[in-house]
Amino acid sequence: MIDVVVLFFVFGLAAGLARSELKLPGALYETLTVFLLLAIGLKGGEGLSRQPLAPLLPQLAAVIALGVAQTLLAYALLRGVGRFGRSDAAATAAHYGSVSVATFAVGMNWLAVRNIGFEPQMTIILAVMEVPAIMVGIVLARGIGKQTDWRTLAHETFLGKGVTLLLGGMAIGWAAGPDGLAPVKPVFYDLFKGTLALFLLEMGLIVSRQIGELRKRGWFIVGFGLLMPLLSALLGLATGMAIGLSAGGLTLLTTLAASASYIAVPAAMRLAVPEANPAVSLAAALGITFPFNIIVGIPFYHWLTTSIAGATP
Amino acid sequence: MTLPTEHRSLVVVITETALEQTLLRDFDRLAVRGYTVSDARGKGTHGVRDAAWDEAANIRIEVICSRDQAESLLQHLQTHYYADFAMVAFLQDVEVVRPDKF
Repeated sequence: MIDVVVLFFVFGLAAGLARSELKLPGALYETLTVFLLLAIGLKGGEGLSRQPLAPLLPQLAAVIALGVAQTLLAYALLRGVGRFGRSDAAATAAHYGSVSVATFAVGMNWLAVRNIGFEPQMTIILAVMEVPAIMVGIVLARGIGKQTDWRTLAHETFLGKGVTLLLGGMAIGWAAGPDGLAPVKPVFYDLFKGTLALFLLEMGLIVSRQIGELRKRGWFIVGFGLLMPLLSALLGLATGMAIGLSAGGLTLLTTLAASASYIAVPAAMRLAVPEANPAVSLAAALGITFPFNIIVGIPFYHWLTTSIAGATP
Repeated sequence: MTLPTEHRSLVVVITETALEQTLLRDFDRLAVRGYTVSDARGKGTHGVRDAAWDEAANIRIEVICSRDQAESLLQHLQTHYYADFAMVAFLQDVEVVRPDKF
């Protein structure tokens, strides 16, 4: 059974493909993004306020290694099989090594609808996994040279909208705890699904615009957009099993690994590796991987988790 | 009535939103005294940039300055950004009062 929020995405996609006049204001998309990031952060922070933080460090080290491994794998495939130039391969690989918050939110919602719990640290893992791929991507494109302005780049990466709002939300959730959060719960928790639905409607419209670019790029990019998340999912599943996550946590980490960034990474790559064509990476990450993950991927990753890892919810 | 005006150059840069902070830092370094930034959308060799979301959004920066400074700004943009970014920049003559401001 397909989740209702995903139906909103399908509707947006269909309306976009039919060239409907439907257009949501840009400011709304921005607002929805801010809302979702804060809500995810608050939820994670609230959970973390009930457990010690030190045991999380090895888990974070593991997911950083996961992000690096995914980026290197994607780069090898793009260079070796796809015959991509160095910059295009590095930039696209960075998208696939990083994560998509929207995909995470759909995964969270998928689990919530089925009453499957997951660890609160998934939110920190989400924030941490955004970053390493960007660094690896830049090094792959540039080498460790002086041409890259690492200071500005670190600023853009660590203080970008996504990471700031996730960490800020987490800090508030952690400091306030469940009781302190009670007054804002009606907005951030109860409205989450409706907001996600609206957000996905806009995502459908955005994704529909990638189709033209995909037609130009041919089959390799479509194949890569489908195969890469599956390979990443296996890496994610293995990492999750190694750090001992529950069934819900495993599904989410596998989903995160399979997802490809389309906000933080494009912005960072545009500045750090400007000669890479942004249209190629976005066409794959948004046009293929995002819809695949939210429609087919998440249920499949959960099935994978329960059958391979033998985890039960 | 004839208002006493002086000629200055107006530099207009239309480019990707991603470049905003970088460009404004460059402008400060090149001693630009003031600028106006607005959101924009349009179509060009990099396709339709309809500002539906950040990656597809454009900005338009306007600077009024002396002809010499305007030319060096254009030169700077051409060497650093024209090759890799969606960017259109041009200058035109404008007449201003309060010439000491520009």
